[in-house]
Amino acid sequence: MNILYDERLDGPAPELDRATIRDSLTQAIPDMTLLHREEDMRPFECDGLSVYRTLPMLVALPDTLDQVQRLLVECHRLGVPVVTRGAGTGLSAGALPLEHGVLLVMSRFSRILEIDPEARIARVEPGVRNLAISEAASPYGLYYAPDPSSQIACSIGGNVAENAGGVHCLKYGLTVHNVIKVEILTIEGERMTLGSEALDAPGFDLLALFNGSEGMLGVVTEITVKLLPKPEVAKVLMASFDDVEKAGNAVGAIIEAGIIPGGLEMMDKLAIIAAEDFIGAGYPVDAEAILLCELDGVEADVDDDCETVRAVLEKAGATGIQQARDDAERARFWAGRKNAFPAVGRMSPDYYCMDGTIPRRELARVLKGISDLSERYGLRVANVFHAGDGNMHPLILFDANREGELAVAEALGGEILELCVRVGGTITGEHGVGREKINQMCAQFRPDELATFRAAKAAFDPNDLLNPGKNIPTPARCSEFRTIKSASADTAPGTLHG
Amino acid sequence: MANATYLSDHDASAALAERIREANAEGAPLRIVGGDTRFFYGREVEGNELSTREHCGISFYDPVELVVSVRSGTPLGEFEAALAEHGQMLPFEPPRYGAASTVGGMVATGLSGPRRPWAGSVRDFVLGVRVINHEGNEQRFGGEVMKNVAGYDLSRLMVGAQGTLGLITEVSFKVLPKPGATHSLHLELSLDEARRRLAEWGREPLPISAAAWLDGALHLRLEGGPSSVAATRARIGGNDLDNGFWAALRDQRLPFFRTGSLHETKAPLWRLSLPHRTPALELPDVDERLMIHDWAGAQRWLHTELDADTLRRACQAAGGHATCCGPRPTNVEPFTPLPEVLMKYHRNLKAQLDPKGIFNPGRLYAAL
Ligand SMILES: Cc1cc2nc3c(=O)[nH]c(=O)nc-3n(C[C@H](O)[C@H](O)[C@@H](O)COP(=O)(O)OP(=O)(O)OC[C@H]3O[C@@H](n4cnc5c(N)ncnc54)[C@H](O)[C@@H]3O)c2cc1C
Ligand SMILES: Cc1cc2nc3c(=O)[nH]c(=O)nc-3n(C[C@H](O)[C@H](O)[C@H](O)COP(=O)(O)OP(=O)(O)OC[C@H]3O[C@@H](n4cnc5c(N)ncnc54)[C@H](O)[C@@H]3O)c2cc1C
Repeated sequence: MNILYDERLDGPAPELDRATIRDSLTQAIPDMTLLHREEDMRPFECDGLSVYRTLPMLVALPDTLDQVQRLLVECHRLGVPVVTRGAGTGLSAGALPLEHGVLLVMSRFSRILEIDPEARIARVEPGVRNLAISEAASPYGLYYAPDPSSQIACSIGGNVAENAGGVHCLKYGLTVHNVIKVEILTIEGERMTLGSEALDAPGFDLLALFNGSEGMLGVVTEITVKLLPKPEVAKVLMASFDDVEKAGNAVGAIIEAGIIPGGLEMMDKLAIIAAEDFIGAGYPVDAEAILLCELDGVEADVDDDCETVRAVLEKAGATGIQQARDDAERARFWAGRKNAFPAVGRMSPDYYCMDGTIPRRELARVLKGISDLSERYGLRVANVFHAGDGNMHPLILFDANREGELAVAEALGGEILELCVRVGGTITGEHGVGREKINQMCAQFRPDELATFRAAKAAFDPNDLLNPGKNIPTPARCSEFRTIKSASADTAPGTLHG
Repeated sequence: MANATYLSDHDASAALAERIREANAEGAPLRIVGGDTRFFYGREVEGNELSTREHCGISFYDPVELVVSVRSGTPLGEFEAALAEHGQMLPFEPPRYGAASTVGGMVATGLSGPRRPWAGSVRDFVLGVRVINHEGNEQRFGGEVMKNVAGYDLSRLMVGAQGTLGLITEVSFKVLPKPGATHSLHLELSLDEARRRLAEWGREPLPISAAAWLDGALHLRLEGGPSSVAATRARIGGNDLDNGFWAALRDQRLPFFRTGSLHETKAPLWRLSLPHRTPALELPDVDERLMIHDWAGAQRWLHTELDADTLRRACQAAGGHATCCGPRPTNVEPFTPLPEVLMKYHRNLKAQLDPKGIFNPGRLYAAL
């Protein structure tokens, strides 16, 4: 099934004349940068999932909220779809443009408006990079907790839209737990405030609803996040295992001991070798799996916890346990993990990153399943995960220049996600559905549940102008998906479809 | 997976769904009732009573996974006792008002207790819900895993919606181990001095898990590893306080909440939710020292006859809002009215998810 917008399955696209739209927008907002030449728009044709590309009709690069507001009012009046884009690091083609839509790029809104150390909050524009917030808060001994591996590049607006996670989310929560207030522009150009600087706000929890809504309910124009005091100390233990299953079981054992680590990450052999090759993090390349366990907090507690975790790891059969001796070594251990995607990327012309989440107890079974699928499809898979959260990132290695190999990678990826759903998990833990997982939504939700999602969307955007075609599949798409599935279930395993 | 066998266990979802289908067909409003503990957190609902009490029990609990799923009619006390058997807890300390309070009522009202500023609120620990929608379909949003961004987050939307968007039948929570050590302190301090110290401590990684100023003293709870709790206790000083104080505050059993006894007044009870650093509000005839300043100042309780608009304007100017929680004077809305645009989208959402208005109509606002 085609991933790019498909009128037959995703609904009719409006008939729009580009020149007319461009004229109207230029007239309504003469002071706004509006790109229309192919060579200018090329850089915006995809997000981090670059195998899917579409040249937008026009690219708007506003500098002021007034421009954004006028753009939305005008697009609403003309019936022009709007796709919002932050930094374009998304991995689910959430910011994939539409041929018949305007791409609204929020990257120029990159000011930190306020750091209030007394209130322990930061108020920022949506284009501010995730890491820039912690850097600005650092002089006050504070930081912003969610730390996606893309934090040097991704925008906080994009984080809100995806409800981004990171390696420290088991203990400190996801974006939704750390954002206290957002300013929104609706598709009709109305301003509204969701959440509050107080700890709650009257009415429905629309702040929670907008987190992870993938730019489909409104445009996020300002974000207030809470800042946390930096932990007194953070220590990292690295444990090696000669068996992936043992490593998986060790994860549960640590939590069973009553400890919630700041970060608890796992990598398998292929990922270890790739990261070691790329970064020289000091990983044991002969291990089948490693666990990185970070304990942070008040020094006395951390020392006690390190002892407990060490004992748990030994009991779980770790073949080696190494504690980072200093902050430099700790940073190196993490650098290997945080650069795992690009590191794996160096081993193969292309890689495709999956994002399923499973109950932790299913880890060993799912890893076995993935390795069987990998063999069946003939593509290598490296595994990197937020083990504490059960959020896995299988990385499928392939070569898009080889005829049909992208389709094989997609089919393998789809099966991995459906495996996650079968064991009680979900098709996406933090990267979002976007365009990429639009078909697997049909596997995770029933038609009436999808109808409820569409009803929620209609409350904010009845004409389906904000990021149409993403996140929630149409009934037509799902019925086609089910037909294809049941047909392929009848054929022998190994048969490809895509 | 552990199962607390002593809990009554009954799946009544099919019968509940049938009642809702009928109500929707007739357009006859329902008044959803959990503990049926007749109280005033919200507007009165005219409708046929729909009780969740029969729908109870823990359907899934895996302590190692830190995940539990529980039916909405389960008594809150029994649920927490089942978690405690495994040394675990609901970190947000929901208030309990007697044995009848249910899990569904707790989630629908979305109220959290003393640990809230440090641990998070009810919605922060909700991983997923099952909800019966207006057509009588039981639908599942979120799940039993820690992270899930598939589709819109309708599970957290149900928290605090007071049953106006659907009937919650089951909730999955993330739970946490109870802290290794707890110690509570009582420090005689002026309100200003308490504020100053809390602001200072807030910027350090101290193991504080509750802070309430009342009756001329700051009440502080330390929780964490034994080493850090001991060290912080030595540093901060003050007198020891019985840990039981926090349950009394959480469940509103302190004398303050017994209208009439402490202040010789039957003035309405207000809950002010404010940014924690908000200084004393400029209000006529209100003495800040007679209020409870919980949540390090972010949740303040007071009894006052002051008119609702004056009080709400002062709170809104500070970035917060005010809820009238007890018996209300006529014409006083329990919840702060919403700005027009926001109200429009509340109405749209209600119309989309409950087109015939059968779920608790008017419970939050007249128009919903
Ligand atoms: C100042 C103050 C005083 C309070 N006093 C009391 C008190 O005296 N008694 C008391 O019980 N609680 C009181 N509470 C709150 C109470 O702790 C919680 O609301 C809750 O635990 C009550 O549970 P319940 O089962 O009795 O809920 P109910 O009182 O039965 O219901 C509470 C609300 O939730 C809705 N609801 C219940 N179950 C569901 C469901 N499954 N799906 C959707 N909606 C649902 C109801 O329609 C109602 O709107 C008070 C809170 C405050 C702030
Ligand atoms: C190497 C690498 C590592 C990564 N690691 C992680 C990780 O650890 N955890 C994680 O969660 N993600 C990770 N990601 C994915 C990605 O970085 C996140 O999803 C991030 O939140 C996207 O932010 P962005 O600014 O790039 O958004 P974009 O890709 O530009 O957009 C993403 C979505 O947000 C919407 N959007 C953007 N801005 C706004 C706005 N202002 N208002 C409304 N909607 C908006 C878009 O329409 C789109 O649907 C990784 C990506 C890469 C490339």
